[in-house]
Amino acid sequence: MDRFSSPYSPNTDADRKKMLDAIGVKSVDDLFKVIPAQYRNPKLNIPEPTAEMDLKRELEAMANANAVPGKFACFLGGGAYRHHIPSVVKAIISRGEFLTSYTPYQPEISQGTLQTAYEFQTLVCQLTGMEVANTGMYDGATALAEAALMAARLTRRDKIAVLETVSPKYLKVIQTYSQALKVNYYVVPAGQEKLDDDTACLLVQQPNFYGYMEDMAKLSERAHSQGALFVVSADPTSLGMLKSPGEYDADIVVSEGQAVGVPLSFGGPYTGFFACKEKHLRQMPGRIVGKTVDSKGRTGYVLTLQTREQHIRREKATSNICTSVALIALMSTIYMSAMGKQGMKKVAELCYHKAHYAASQIEKVPGYSLPIKGTFFREFVVKCPLPPAEINKKLLEQGIIGGLDISKQVPNGMLIAVTETNTKEEIDALAAALKKIASGVAAAKR
Amino acid sequence: MTITREYLDQNNRKLLMDRSVPGRMGTTLPKLDVPAAPLPDKSMLRDSLEFPEVTENEIVRYFTQLSQLNFSIDTQFYPLGSCTMKYNPKLHEEMSFQPGFANIHPNQSAESVQGALKLMYDLQGLLCEITGMKGASLTPMAGADGELAGMLMTRAYHQSRGDLKRTKVLIPDSAHGTNPASAAMAGFEVVTLKSDANGNTDLEALKSLVGPDLAGLMITLPSTLGLFDTNILEVVRIVKENGGVIYGDGANLNALLGRVKLGELGFDVIHSNLHKTFSTPHGGGGPGAGPVMVGERLAPFLPAPIVAKKKGDDGKDAYDYFYPPQTIGKMGAFQGNFGMFIRAYTFIRLLGNTGIDKIGKDAVINANYVQSQLKGYYHLPYDRTCMHEVVFSAKNLKKAHDVDALDVAKRLIDYNIHPPTMYFPLIVEQALMIEPTESESVETLDTFIEVMKTIAQEAKDNPELLHDAPHNTPNTRLDEARAARKPDLRWKKA
Repeated sequence: MDRFSSPYSPNTDADRKKMLDAIGVKSVDDLFKVIPAQYRNPKLNIPEPTAEMDLKRELEAMANANAVPGKFACFLGGGAYRHHIPSVVKAIISRGEFLTSYTPYQPEISQGTLQTAYEFQTLVCQLTGMEVANTGMYDGATALAEAALMAARLTRRDKIAVLETVSPKYLKVIQTYSQALKVNYYVVPAGQEKLDDDTACLLVQQPNFYGYMEDMAKLSERAHSQGALFVVSADPTSLGMLKSPGEYDADIVVSEGQAVGVPLSFGGPYTGFFACKEKHLRQMPGRIVGKTVDSKGRTGYVLTLQTREQHIRREKATSNICTSVALIALMSTIYMSAMGKQGMKKVAELCYHKAHYAASQIEKVPGYSLPIKGTFFREFVVKCPLPPAEINKKLLEQGIIGGLDISKQVPNGMLIAVTETNTKEEIDALAAALKKIASGVAAAKR
Repeated sequence: MTITREYLDQNNRKLLMDRSVPGRMGTTLPKLDVPAAPLPDKSMLRDSLEFPEVTENEIVRYFTQLSQLNFSIDTQFYPLGSCTMKYNPKLHEEMSFQPGFANIHPNQSAESVQGALKLMYDLQGLLCEITGMKGASLTPMAGADGELAGMLMTRAYHQSRGDLKRTKVLIPDSAHGTNPASAAMAGFEVVTLKSDANGNTDLEALKSLVGPDLAGLMITLPSTLGLFDTNILEVVRIVKENGGVIYGDGANLNALLGRVKLGELGFDVIHSNLHKTFSTPHGGGGPGAGPVMVGERLAPFLPAPIVAKKKGDDGKDAYDYFYPPQTIGKMGAFQGNFGMFIRAYTFIRLLGNTGIDKIGKDAVINANYVQSQLKGYYHLPYDRTCMHEVVFSAKNLKKAHDVDALDVAKRLIDYNIHPPTMYFPLIVEQALMIEPTESESVETLDTFIEVMKTIAQEAKDNPELLHDAPHNTPNTRLDEARAARKPDLRWKKA
């Protein structure tokens, strides 16, 4: 046999021979005779093995080929945010007992995973002001799509109204999830939320995709007066200081959990928070952990209400979700514990004040304006004197990752996000760079 | 108060909110370095947030103690069928936490993330080569999400041809529960397909179910019985002749690595659970990642975005996002679970062609070795060469000693081994599905075999020992009925 030895597989040729003898076959190929001969042992055209040291060097080069927030000042948001993550988060989730454990179907040997999931459900409920929560969905967008389908099941209505200020990325995922079902969505213009009688729910985002606050009490009342559920996608960082969706009578609340304790990681893995009123519990998708007692009367935790789930209910399940994001939910749990009552509030306020400072500085730069009036949290829209894509290119040359190009939604619009990680120097440098870029254009025009 | 062991154990498990002391904090935050802005109107602000107040040390100790109540790959053997719980290399974690990967933003311009896009492009290529498929999208976020993507592509394919009558998807009776759930989410009617006495697809049953309403077949190969379906070429032929799409559930792909490519057998679309075959850690139930690989006829429908290579202005390779012309859309807000792509890529590249080639071989040797040694001690419903997993049945123990699969599973815990998959596949009574994987040594397997024989003996001698198992865990058997009847799902003020 060949000489390459995998550090992850212990079988030596002697081990293989011993086992093949015990099985009663002459060679390993005898075990694969069931595969049609013409397709057996195909050529595998992939690279030779790479030593750990060489592979590390190669992957480091790949990582270094990216413009990295941190090394670059970053003002990019649009659904994912750069926040400080205390070291304790990585330290705990790196423990093999959490990292390499299985889904807790055997509760006696999974109490660590189960109890931390119960903590997660608790924190999500406290944060959102809701009564029950699951252990997490893939991300904020899939959570919102599943919430829409859940609302349709609960109300037995087949239309989903989406407020036009919801993220276009979220809308695309709702489209994916609903395309094959007898559920249709329609977009409702802000300010004229007219709902059909067969609308299952109104979906809104708070703060909305543009960073601004919606009038939630009014929207909630609007949905409920039509017999529809009120479904909110809420930013978890903002909930450190802003009213919780429970306070304005939301029925289902979802969040993109990335902002609380999860690295940006180029889009995933993230975690979707999912919470609702208790009366809707049995239509909730995903895993749920419950507290109970063991045969000796001691407290313990188990997966519960599994009859909603695919491994029991098969095609009649509330969702097909199986492997979800337990470890990422744990990251959020540790983050929220470390922040605690005071930290959550303080991070939210830091974002708020810094974003407002940035807006005030940029607004002063000739050629730039803030086209949307209203209260924003950590993100706001700037109207630029030239296409944002061009501006961002020039900013990148100066070591700044600019805002999100939303010129499709707002002419020459740029969505700028500011978090506690952005220093005053970075914000001032951004304003100065924007000024320079605009004056370069003005000079070229003259 | 009397201090007993019991008291200390329960005290250690007190919840965060019950440990909270006003004024404590677990981290520090920077001072505000800009002028404060006026706060929003009071009607928008919350009165208070009821969150724990604990110090960092308290957090570390609490969560570390909880972690020690778990079994895990790093601490125990997990012969858990269909779940492919293999070793998770440590290099993977280090590589994915590099700032150049962990800190990049999903909305950055393609030109500013060329390293990340190259990794995704190369992984797409490696997965296609390993499975014999033509195109890939990495975006589905778990195996079941890949199934949904595959089923939506199946639907989009038929619709693009104006073939609107195809509403039925066939799923073998041995399939995972995610298959029917995913097919239903994609709007299909699910029809169960029988297995024959040898565990293969029943060809007569198949023939009776195909027709102009057939959209496709979802099949796991090897099946969840741990068997390679020797009728597979015939199955593929019949489904394709009747206009159906062949979906391969990649849950058991590990067995076939290097031995056969599903694309060459005629599969149209498969998903791969990166956390199974490519060794990204299971994390107590995720994150997963479920890339889909397709043959030519489904390629235009792949979920978006995928990564394409082109020549840049400087003549060098450049990578960019590509939206397939008839894409079914996006599976999540961004481009998938990138952190998992790094781990899978690292695994494939470290092992390379020769290492990957050996995975299937060693996984199958290990499973057949266990089968050969436990035959006679446990009932073997399908007595033939198995693939990477073997399904035994505890029905002999149930009949003779009233000991069922669950009792055997729980007793294994006392011997520090994670139980096999139980009661699944549904067509095997009292199933115990054992999958050792290639990362376990013959010494570990021998210990496991001895333990399983011992348990079979204990079932005869002392069945009560098994009924009450496990004996040495932080909790004995938990009251699941009570948990479901009176749901207690969050901390509440006492």
